Amino acid sequence: MTTEVLKPSRGYALIAENDVHHHDHGEKALSGFWLFMMSDLIIFGLFFATYLTTLNKMAIAGGPTPHDLFELKGAAMETAFLLASSFTFGLSSLAMKYDLGTSKVVGWLVVTLLLGAGFLFFEVSEFSRMFAEGAVPQRSGFLSAFFGLVPLHGAHVTAGCLWLIVMLVQIRVFGLTDAVKSRLMRLALFWHFLDVIWIGIFSAVYLAGVAQ
Amino acid sequence: MTLTDWNPILGRLTLQSLDPLKAVFDPTVNNFIASGAADAVVVGALLGVVLMTKYRLWKPLWNNWLTTVDHKRIGVMYIVLALVMLVRGVVEAVLMRAQQADGLHGGFLSADHFAQLFSTHGTIMIFFMAMPFLTGLINIVVPLQIGARDVSFPMLNSVSLGLTVAGAALVMISLVLGDFSTGGWTGYPPYTEAAFQPGVGPDYWIWSLGIAGLGSTLTGLNFIVTIYKERAPGMKFMHMPMFTWTALCTAILLVFAMPPLTVCAVMLALDRYAGFHFFTNALGGNMMNFANMLWLFGHPEVYILILPAFGVFSEIVSTFSGKRIYGYASLVLATMCIAVLSFTVWLHHFFTMGQDADVNAAFGIATMLIGIPTGVKIFDWLATIYRGRLQFTVPMVYMLSFMMLFVIGGLTGIILANPTVDFQVHNTLFLVAHFHNMLIPGLLFGMLAGYNYWFPKVFGFRLNEKWGHVSAYSWTIGFVLAFFPLYAVGLMGMTRRTVSYTNPAFQPWFQIALAGGFFVLFALFSMGMQLYVSIRDRDLLEAGADDPWNARTLEWATPSPVPAYNFAIVPTVDSRDAYAMAKASGAAYMSPARFNNIHLPGKTSLGVVTAVGGTALGFGLVWHMWWLAILSLVLVVAAFLARTFTEDEGVTIPSGIARRDFDAWMKRIRPEGWSDDTAPEMPGLETAQPMEHAE
Repeated sequence: MTTEVLKPSRGYALIAENDVHHHDHGEKALSGFWLFMMSDLIIFGLFFATYLTTLNKMAIAGGPTPHDLFELKGAAMETAFLLASSFTFGLSSLAMKYDLGTSKVVGWLVVTLLLGAGFLFFEVSEFSRMFAEGAVPQRSGFLSAFFGLVPLHGAHVTAGCLWLIVMLVQIRVFGLTDAVKSRLMRLALFWHFLDVIWIGIFSAVYLAGVAQ
Repeated sequence: MTLTDWNPILGRLTLQSLDPLKAVFDPTVNNFIASGAADAVVVGALLGVVLMTKYRLWKPLWNNWLTTVDHKRIGVMYIVLALVMLVRGVVEAVLMRAQQADGLHGGFLSADHFAQLFSTHGTIMIFFMAMPFLTGLINIVVPLQIGARDVSFPMLNSVSLGLTVAGAALVMISLVLGDFSTGGWTGYPPYTEAAFQPGVGPDYWIWSLGIAGLGSTLTGLNFIVTIYKERAPGMKFMHMPMFTWTALCTAILLVFAMPPLTVCAVMLALDRYAGFHFFTNALGGNMMNFANMLWLFGHPEVYILILPAFGVFSEIVSTFSGKRIYGYASLVLATMCIAVLSFTVWLHHFFTMGQDADVNAAFGIATMLIGIPTGVKIFDWLATIYRGRLQFTVPMVYMLSFMMLFVIGGLTGIILANPTVDFQVHNTLFLVAHFHNMLIPGLLFGMLAGYNYWFPKVFGFRLNEKWGHVSAYSWTIGFVLAFFPLYAVGLMGMTRRTVSYTNPAFQPWFQIALAGGFFVLFALFSMGMQLYVSIRDRDLLEAGADDPWNARTLEWATPSPVPAYNFAIVPTVDSRDAYAMAKASGAAYMSPARFNNIHLPGKTSLGVVTAVGGTALGFGLVWHMWWLAILSLVLVVAAFLARTFTEDEGVTIPSGIARRDFDAWMKRIRPEGWSDDTAPEMPGLETAQPMEHAE
């Protein structure tokens, strides 16, 4: 048949023999979530940059300086709680990965949630102490930038805690299905991501501020 | 705005906020125009509701459009939004041209009204015309070009559309209730701070951009994953059509460039709502942070806008020259170069705002460097045309006027990139002429070319050529008349955003520009006529709509209009221009041995929930109706949470339907008396001979 001659190869035909190429939805969702975090990282980066531009006399505008305001004790407590919560989330993820039972997964998640809530408690009490000293965001450009950056992280942690509660309910309703596992993996990523951000805040805001 | 004007239900909304009543309180020409515009929006909306009810279209609208997750329908909705907003943007532009033609020692508009006009015109054209238009084209075309069934996250796609619509709705509402910002589309503080504009204007600007910007970020994310993960088997990156490449680079820019806009809008909101001092004059605010962040978004945004248009032109020039594109690899590299360089030049938007000469020089050089990859593209397109078999279709007319005009605009850009020159002409109409010269022949012509090119793919009939040509030539003439005079008047010293002037030498130039404005209005009218005539004559225009241009890429390797599932059998690809190669080798229309059931995602109402909830949230925030803002936020979040507790079972299209559609397509596309795919009368065989045109 002439067709055989004219077709350079099966290649140019658009129809393959087998029509099977199934992508795992969880994998796609994870890629999408990485992109979301990159985008979120830019948001944090800009708040960091803004904060760093306010560490000068003009932006402090005669108000309290970082050195006056920050106490390492509170920030260290917050750091300890958040880092510990990342560790316990890791234990939960391991329990999920090696099928050590739903109760282990849930147990570590609950511990994580409590540690996250503990972090938020210390952060809020830190803020209220600053408010009581008159260090409110309306006082200066520096305080505006501080209260833009640090509570933004706090808001993320709050969102993470709410997400965690939703996931605990979902585990209860659905059990550890593939969909639930995939969501837990994304939450874990998010949680560790917030840890990394906090390391930045602890170093660039608190340690640098106290050292000044 | 004092606290006494605020009431817990209506926030700061009062009778005086109603723009339709402005002319009643104070009958001037200016107020009649403002009230007339407000009435037009209200009447237009009411007319829409009445017509929808009369023809019983609400249910089909809900089932087939609002709740759909089909990327093609979502794309169409984006483009409808873009066209509606285009009409408003053009009308505002002509009004501004009329004011300035009459603006020697006065004119008929108040300075404040004029300021609102240029602010909404810029905001609308960029965020609610250009962005939805290119997002719509990307939505329609990219999944088809890569041989996918849908995007990676169809529901998120619907939500992104909802967010864009919510932003556009807020700008439309600002025409009826209260004033828009007078701070330009860039909204520079401290002028947009509460100290100078305590009213609702800048708040409209903040929330419409903030909400729509979130939608754009999510669209970017969606399309990166789609292009990485959903390509047809065998399609390597260097097999992807150029439009898909530009869409990928645009999507990457969206993910990384939208956050700065979000951040500076949120910071400005904190200043205005909570008394922060990010950008205020007093107590340590620094507006330069705003300028840097806005342009850290704004410059990549320029390339978000132009890259998809470059992609459209690449497809068009290759199809209508009957050749594969010249220098494919260099075009890909140029696209990526532009995407990366776009993050390195933002400072040229404010050369005059206090950096030292070295910093300015560095950014000036970086800016000129972008001319190199752009030049590469122009030469590649020229080389594609060279010795091609040109077809003078409507998209090709847009392409040719783009090539001539865009180069002129690029050259004025190189002039502006030199800081010393920029000090002379910054903030004049020379700059306005420059960026319109990039965006109208570049972006808009690209989008309109794409609209003419892909229309038959989506609707199954071609657009009328005659009115299309009338419209393309009118756009070109209108653009030249409206903007070339602005170069002159800008060099003569006329500042931008200025309502009136005292130098009589300016006036003739503005009168020519107004004449250009009328040509543009006529171009818009002829686009409407084209659509009307095409729908009227659709039976005639259906002929050959499956592949009307003898095109080269996969989106044409399926019937027009495209079925919901895109491809009966997902194509396998092992070359660039896969469809042209298949046609040339007589293998484009082989019937598959067997058809499988096709699984598609189900409908969702989350897009509508987002659109309505987002609009209500923005409206509540603008007018300080805190109850509305909180309520809508809670309801939207609850709707999303509820969605995670339900499983989308999707829809299954039985293989029989896929077979039936496929057979109908084959019947249409195979000529009378067809014997086999390699018969000489098969479409594409005669003209598409990619092997002879090796680069």
